[in-house]
Amino acid sequence: MRALLWSRLTVVWLLLVAATVLSWEVGHGLGIEDHRIAAVAVIVVALAKVRFVMMDFMEIRHAPLWFRLAGEAWTAGLAAALAALILAA
Amino acid sequence: MTARIRAAHIPGEPGIWLFIGGDIVLFSLLFVVFLDYRAADPALFAAGRAVLDQGLGLLNTLLMLTSSWFVATGVEAARRRLDGVPRRCFAVALACGAGFGVVKYFEYAAKIATGITPMTDDFFMFYFVYTGIHMIHVLIGMAVLAALIGYTRSRPTAAVNVQHLETGASFWHLVDLLWIVLFALLYLAA
Repeated sequence: MRALLWSRLTVVWLLLVAATVLSWEVGHGLGIEDHRIAAVAVIVVALAKVRFVMMDFMEIRHAPLWFRLAGEAWTAGLAAALAALILAA
Repeated sequence: MTARIRAAHIPGEPGIWLFIGGDIVLFSLLFVVFLDYRAADPALFAAGRAVLDQGLGLLNTLLMLTSSWFVATGVEAARRRLDGVPRRCFAVALACGAGFGVVKYFEYAAKIATGITPMTDDFFMFYFVYTGIHMIHVLIGMAVLAALIGYTRSRPTAAVNVQHLETGASFWHLVDLLWIVLFALLYLAA
């Protein structure tokens, strides 16, 4: 049971919560002057969280390589697209 | 028990991934459309964002992340044949989903009470429609979790087909994943 509780899943969850609180602070003006840069930072952190949910909760880390690459590519591509749209505003 | 080396495998029944992939493509388009409208009227979107309840948005995100941990842990517990643990994990995840729904209800009610509806402006049209579509996914996910609980209760742990659990779990993680991006776009992105 202890191995179940203190697992990679738990470490990932802690990182996800920390990233959430961090981006919440950034979204509320902590540290970044230019609001567009802050918005891009929020998006990048969000897609990094998505990647960890995909890799570790959805277990794509253990999927065949082509499947995993598709997931990584979509995550990176969406991050780039959303960041570009924010910067173009 | 030492870390197990698993052959590369796609979790769950393959068909669920067609559905998940389609849903992800759909939401990706929704995200792009949102930012496109936002670029056309940043002041309106900033004003709308300022009215959202950030604390409730944060609470909902934490509920989603935690529910996913419980679902993933429940599946792993089923792999390790731990009696009773999977269904308890799924039950807590289901409760988190219900909590998410309750928070959403209060958020919507507060908006409507101040006269804000999907018809108010573009930002709130996106807010209500996108979070509404997501909430439908949450409700479907809760039904899926209830089915997983029923399935794990109906047979001895050794007879549980983990692939079935993976299928339902994958859908729930999709619901979590979509919310992570929605939360960032609607609540956090300045």
